[in-house]
Amino acid sequence: MTQEATLRELTEGKYKYGFVTEVETDQVPKGLSEDVIRTISQKKGEPEWMLDWRLKAYRHWLGLGMAEPTWPNVRYPRIDYQDIVYYSAPKPKAKLGSMDEVDPEMKMAFAKLGIPLAEQQRLAGVAVDAVFDSVSVATTFKEKLAEKGVVFCSFSEAVKNHPDLVKKYLGSVVPYTDNFFATLNSAVFSDGSFAYIPKGVRCPMELSTYFRINAQDTGQFERTLIVADEGAYVSYLEGCTAPVRDTNQLHAAVVELVALPGAQIKYSTVQNWYPGDADGKGGIYNFVTKRGKALERSKISWTQVETGSAITWKYPSCILQGDDSVGEFYSVALTNNRQQADTGTKMIHVGKRTRSTIISKGISAGRGQNTYRGLVKVLKGAVGARNYSQCDSLLIGDRCGAHTFPYIEVKNPTAQVEHEATTSKIGEDQLFYCRQRGIAEEDAVSMIVNGFARQVLKELPMEFAVEAQKLLGMSLEGSVG
Amino acid sequence: MLSIQGLKASVAERDILHGLDLEVRAGEVHAIMGPNGSGKSTLAGVLAGRETYAVTAGKVTFEGEDLLALTPEKRAVRGVFLAFQYPVEIPGVGNMYFLRTAFNALRRARGEEELDAMDFLALARERMKLVKMDPSFANRSVNEGFSGGEKKRNEILQMAVLEPKLAILDEVDSGLDIDALRVVADGVNALRSPERAMIVVTHYQRLLDYIRPDHVHVMANGRIVTSGGPELALELEKRGYGWIEKEPPARPAAVEARP
Repeated sequence: MTQEATLRELTEGKYKYGFVTEVETDQVPKGLSEDVIRTISQKKGEPEWMLDWRLKAYRHWLGLGMAEPTWPNVRYPRIDYQDIVYYSAPKPKAKLGSMDEVDPEMKMAFAKLGIPLAEQQRLAGVAVDAVFDSVSVATTFKEKLAEKGVVFCSFSEAVKNHPDLVKKYLGSVVPYTDNFFATLNSAVFSDGSFAYIPKGVRCPMELSTYFRINAQDTGQFERTLIVADEGAYVSYLEGCTAPVRDTNQLHAAVVELVALPGAQIKYSTVQNWYPGDADGKGGIYNFVTKRGKALERSKISWTQVETGSAITWKYPSCILQGDDSVGEFYSVALTNNRQQADTGTKMIHVGKRTRSTIISKGISAGRGQNTYRGLVKVLKGAVGARNYSQCDSLLIGDRCGAHTFPYIEVKNPTAQVEHEATTSKIGEDQLFYCRQRGIAEEDAVSMIVNGFARQVLKELPMEFAVEAQKLLGMSLEGSVG
Repeated sequence: MLSIQGLKASVAERDILHGLDLEVRAGEVHAIMGPNGSGKSTLAGVLAGRETYAVTAGKVTFEGEDLLALTPEKRAVRGVFLAFQYPVEIPGVGNMYFLRTAFNALRRARGEEELDAMDFLALARERMKLVKMDPSFANRSVNEGFSGGEKKRNEILQMAVLEPKLAILDEVDSGLDIDALRVVADGVNALRSPERAMIVVTHYQRLLDYIRPDHVHVMANGRIVTSGGPELALELEKRGYGWIEKEPPARPAAVEARP
């Protein structure tokens, strides 16, 4: 990517993923009931145990009495859960035998998003699972991965072809009783990605899931489960976009990571759901539960760049169960216009000598509200646990807000917990300095913001980092001047 | 090249410049001296387009164009460069990346071809020698953790790379020890050329031992009260600024002295 092209994109871009794709869909009627759940399960041809799990979750959810959590620092009108379509799938023209049979409309949609589904168009060796509305439409590079024994497929396929693995790990990190949105997801999730990396295998390419919400009034509830067996390594990327619509859409996903002894999982997200317009109309409600369990000597690393969604509510967390396990959380969250984000992490230190690092960079512009909420919990047995947290906030303009809620609970006296926080404003001085050197104001803001976020961006895989940098600039359109 | 006529400017409703006149031709080096609060830095800021200053009267033309009508970045494109008294830090932005972005922004705006990273690095490395800058500076964040002397050298490096027509050096000597001062001055002297004009703003005569000006102007209370050759600086060194403020100017300002 040349400098010029990057700059052009920075200066032209509004939300450029806002198009709608015309495909025939198979939808269930609006609303939620046991019947709807049975229908979803049936449409997916699921075994009995899967349906039972869904129904247990649904009954538990009913018991919660529609009481969404109210503690997040975000404001939105009450969601009518009976006004949502819980399942929408592009109607297959015929049964898919190979990639060539993917609906051309859909292929085109993903091509527009820069996600080639044809395997010959190798995108720097990234295997992609594409999820369109509720279902996975294509997974690339399956054969190549299979040679190493790596399983990478849609969640539905995993339920059919790898039921033992799914049964063993589904809900083992995020139980269906975990929280309001995770429970809802457990009842109605329609698809998602599944990956299993066998013992001692280093996954030969980045795995990637690309989520796309297309249909109107549809909730997207996907579920991702990644299991890295002993000594295995995997790097996983997740991207998401949605069309511009003036109604809000609900996205409630669950991601579970299991790192068995000595394994490493690196999970990177560039979240670019439609953020709503400048007045806060429309946009995605992004209520997501992401958590990993790390056994002995394993490592789980979350990196997220959150620029989209009207509301973001997510706390990718690590349960550092095994001795000497490591958890990392690197986050850039940007809120512009009327966007609200309440995001952070939980690091639960259970094992001895467990270590965690939290680097959070919040950027607020326009009337955006950005909250960091993080918990560092050191349990009694976590001898010699260590945590380092750094939370920096950057304000652009004087109508936005940055908030930090760090919670620290330490039950072991040998633990070391450090927390640093800064808040700064993009100064007139910095801007003037750049402009005096010939750099236009918007480019200067983008450069300063990217510099501010660099500590996190450098954790992203190469191609993703470039994407993320452009995105940060784009998301700040019109935030100065 | 630069013509300032009757310039008045204020900051936060307080008048700082009270009608300032100055003519600068290509190839000339002008020193602007004066006590603290005389308006030297305000003049530098107004010429570069800092928005905290409001111009309330007067005219500034640069190569025949109304300079005050241009945004700061457009002034940079025309060839106006300000070496800052307090260069700002930009955490996380690499020094070389910043400089290349500026360099290419100027080129693009002038309809010239941009340099790619490799070619630019070669150019920058060569210019870094001019200010005896260690190559490791290329990879550090802009001014972050730089010492006072390093920051000033970085400013001169930027000037050497961006090759302005008019360079305004605002107290480029402040906070420098004698060795650092010499390095900075050597860099500046190497950049003197018949096509380039410089305005050197300084409180102390000391800098002018190293950068020999063609003209020296003394500011007090927001205007130039006396102008002369390099000998004027020496007189100031001996007598201080007190006499300037008390006595009427010995001769009219430079602009009127010249045909």
